[in-house]
Amino acid sequence: MKRTGMRASFLVLCAALLTISACTRHSGAPGVTPRAFGTALVSVSGEKQFAGVGSQLEQPLVLQVNDAKGVAVAGAVVRLSAAGGAFATPREGLTGPDGQFTATITLGGAGGHYQIVASSPTASGQQIFMRVDESALGYQEMLGAKLNEIHCIRCHDPESTAERVSNMDNLTAKPHAFTDGAVLNPMSAADLTSIISHGGVAVNKSAEMPPYGSMLTKQEIAALVAFLRAVADPPYLAQGVNYASN
Amino acid sequence: MSVRGRIAAAKAFLFGDSARAFGTLSLALLALLTVVPARDYFRDWRGVQKQYLQLIHGRNDAPALTRHFQGGVQQIWLPEIGVVDRCTTCHVGLKESTLTDVRTQPFRPHPPVPHSLTEFGCVLCHRGQGTATSVADAHNSSSSWEEPILPARYLESGCGQCHIQPLTGTPKLNQGRELLARYGCVRCHTMRAPDGTKRTGTDEPPSLEHIADKTSREWIAAWLRDPQAYAGSATMPNFQLKDDEIRDIAAFLIAQSQPYRSQKASEPAPVPSQDDAVIQQGASLYGESFCASCHAVQNAAGLLVGGNLGPELTRVGSKVKIDWLADWLRNPAIYDPASAMPHYRFDAKQIGLLVTFLSSKTDSDFTGTAKAAAAEPKQIERGRILVIERGCASCHAINGLKAPEDFAPELTEVGSRPLSRILFAPGVPNTLPDYIAARIRDPRSFGDTLKMPRFSLPQPQVDAIVTALLAQTARAETLPASMRIPARKPSDYRPAGRAGKLMDEMRCFSCHIINGRGGTMAPELTYEGTSVQRAWLVNFLKNPNTLRPALIRRMPRFNVTDAEANTLADYIMTAWQTPDFEGDASDDLRFTAADVQSGRELFYNKYACQSCHIIDQSKDKGYVGPTLTQVGSRLTAPWILHWLRNAQTLRPGSLEPVWNMNDADARSITAFLMAQKGAPVKEAARK
Ligand code: HEC
Repeated sequence: MKRTGMRASFLVLCAALLTISACTRHSGAPGVTPRAFGTALVSVSGEKQFAGVGSQLEQPLVLQVNDAKGVAVAGAVVRLSAAGGAFATPREGLTGPDGQFTATITLGGAGGHYQIVASSPTASGQQIFMRVDESALGYQEMLGAKLNEIHCIRCHDPESTAERVSNMDNLTAKPHAFTDGAVLNPMSAADLTSIISHGGVAVNKSAEMPPYGSMLTKQEIAALVAFLRAVADPPYLAQGVNYASN
Repeated sequence: MSVRGRIAAAKAFLFGDSARAFGTLSLALLALLTVVPARDYFRDWRGVQKQYLQLIHGRNDAPALTRHFQGGVQQIWLPEIGVVDRCTTCHVGLKESTLTDVRTQPFRPHPPVPHSLTEFGCVLCHRGQGTATSVADAHNSSSSWEEPILPARYLESGCGQCHIQPLTGTPKLNQGRELLARYGCVRCHTMRAPDGTKRTGTDEPPSLEHIADKTSREWIAAWLRDPQAYAGSATMPNFQLKDDEIRDIAAFLIAQSQPYRSQKASEPAPVPSQDDAVIQQGASLYGESFCASCHAVQNAAGLLVGGNLGPELTRVGSKVKIDWLADWLRNPAIYDPASAMPHYRFDAKQIGLLVTFLSSKTDSDFTGTAKAAAAEPKQIERGRILVIERGCASCHAINGLKAPEDFAPELTEVGSRPLSRILFAPGVPNTLPDYIAARIRDPRSFGDTLKMPRFSLPQPQVDAIVTALLAQTARAETLPASMRIPARKPSDYRPAGRAGKLMDEMRCFSCHIINGRGGTMAPELTYEGTSVQRAWLVNFLKNPNTLRPALIRRMPRFNVTDAEANTLADYIMTAWQTPDFEGDASDDLRFTAADVQSGRELFYNKYACQSCHIIDQSKDKGYVGPTLTQVGSRLTAPWILHWLRNAQTLRPGSLEPVWNMNDADARSITAFLMAQKGAPVKEAARK
């Protein structure tokens, strides 16, 4: 009688161990099995978007897996991960017949830049990686984004939409897109505030940039500057930041 | 010794006699008493404050940060708004603007917002348990935690508790409220703003009292099955009806319908031509009449082209009857006196062309080809019951049915509904936002018998609606009235007399705002009489042309007579005047050639107006503002002068920046602009 009891408990223990190991394997390793492998990940669309904190980005992120010849690979695994509360839906999957994998991105709860890391296993068991940048706008940056849509975008965005024709080509001095970090990052916040408030002439630029100082409040102009900083590419790094010395 | 024996021995040792029992109990009590302070000593916040001090140690802003730091439990207490927030005990750096490089919580500084922490506290916007002093209690310790921290994606709901008007900085909240009005949610669910005003719908659900004259039973059935299959932009939701329910509702709607005309139209209905050339002519007339300003049609690529003020017309030929269509084009008010569509005054030939074009826009996949069998009285009666059960009359006028009051649960306080009163569907996370989102996305997942229809909305729109609903809190109603930013009072301005009647016929208010009432598609006209010259106005009313090269929408031509144009102009020139120009008579508005010349200099060089406006078609290209080639024949000099000083007082929301121009510059540019006469305008004969 004792013996059967021991055997029973041994069996239960084995079963438990098996389930646990099966479970760990399940969570630690891929849920989808690759049917093909590529050697490079490229982004097709959906990079460098912005949206309010915690929101879903308007356009999905579309990535493509290519082989060594640059040909799209169908059935390759793509996995997406992100820090800071951002996430992709779905987090992983296989590339479609066109070699592309599509996911929607939801940003985290704090304003700032988010990096989505995409990976795909290769035939040799290694991983290829690719990073995609997105930004989340807090209240102030969002206000700036909306003011930009009302007042600035017609001159500062070369793209036209059905509702809005770009005026950029009609200007002699070419304004820069607000994402143009190479040009805007070196400009100080004081200079930006000055050009927005008093127009181009305030900083020896063209009078085609109108003054908004009497139209917009100080807070609104600060919001525009915050917006420019938030969408700058390459990202804007605050100057004179107090990092801890240790 | 057996187990039982051991227990007995321990009992004897501890409680053997009264002295032993007393001693044991006292020891136990002492132990309990030490637990409390010990627990307090190990509270989360002590560790957090220690971490903070380590973080700021050695930074070059450390002295200031240390000076601001206060140890111990911190509290923001605002009795009038019911806030007791201890969040700043752990969120120590919230007010430290020099900590912007810190990315880890709880030490990030608060991003700039228009309200101060000390006046508003935290939970008003972020929710959470303000009085809690442990991380878990403050945020959410378990699922189903009442009043957990609000996820960031719904943050704008906090603003909506006081701000009843849209705010530039809260696009999601604005969009959510707009959707609640556009999809008619507020027609079934009562929803009050914190000041007690009832939220109203902006959709205009058509009356069904004469529906049999307009469309067929087959179309009604196909529409009920899937309204979005008829028009992707349709706002009517899917009631997920069974086939026999659809059949019976359609039968009832046709049966209750009554003719909208007591006698037949005097003109015979046109016979639509099948000739491609005629259809093409109709399409051209559709374009010239600017129907696309309000109505969209799907193009070959499947994209919607056109406005959304009126219904989409991609499949209109499968919907409407020819007689009805001709009558509608003659004058929409015959069928629907409240329609936003203007009376175009088309002649019989034009109506024939438009009927031909519109009735060619069919889609046999939508209605199918089968004719519905004659309806039995039983079906009609069952249809009537279904229509009552589904609350159709909440939105549509139906003969013999009254609009039900409070058909669906009131949502005024839905944003603070306690979780204990919510029945969650399986698979829905136990939080209020997730519950609301699931109710919108798939109402039937909460029970097959629920009446709420399904709205197929993309995720960002669902998020926006949830944000707007979360702003409907019980707290919002108890906040002091002084905190509320009230809604603008709706205006019911209606011009009187002959001009008023004409404006009503042409539905000017569908697109233009005048004295606070009207649509937003076209420029505001409240001060139009001060702004324009009479001759130009009369001419424009007869033959509108666009003033902006980059504008796609345009004002339609209404075929007004000279006499009517003069009636309208008389009214506009006298009634739509700004009171602001009084006392400015001293402005000398007689200009010399030198004034004009210096104005030209200023226009092109100092103010670079050509970035947005065109004066000289051959070299200026600016697209944003109106073309100014004939502005001297269009606008009045005092208007231009004041416009250059501050356009926002004349037309709030105009894209024209406030120039605050000095008087000399403003005067010169006015001179230059008044000299731009263009081709002479012939004044229409006055009757
Ligand atoms: C009428 C067109 C126009 C509008 C509207 C406009 N800008 Fe500009 N902006 C310009 C032009 C042209 C320049 C370039 C001036 C130069 O390089 O000499 C410019 C330059 C700038 C610059 C300097 C960096 C650069 O691109 O060269 C900033 C910053 C700027 N604008 C911000 C704004 C903001 C913010 C708004 C909206 C409130 C705005 N602008 C609206 C035309 C415009």
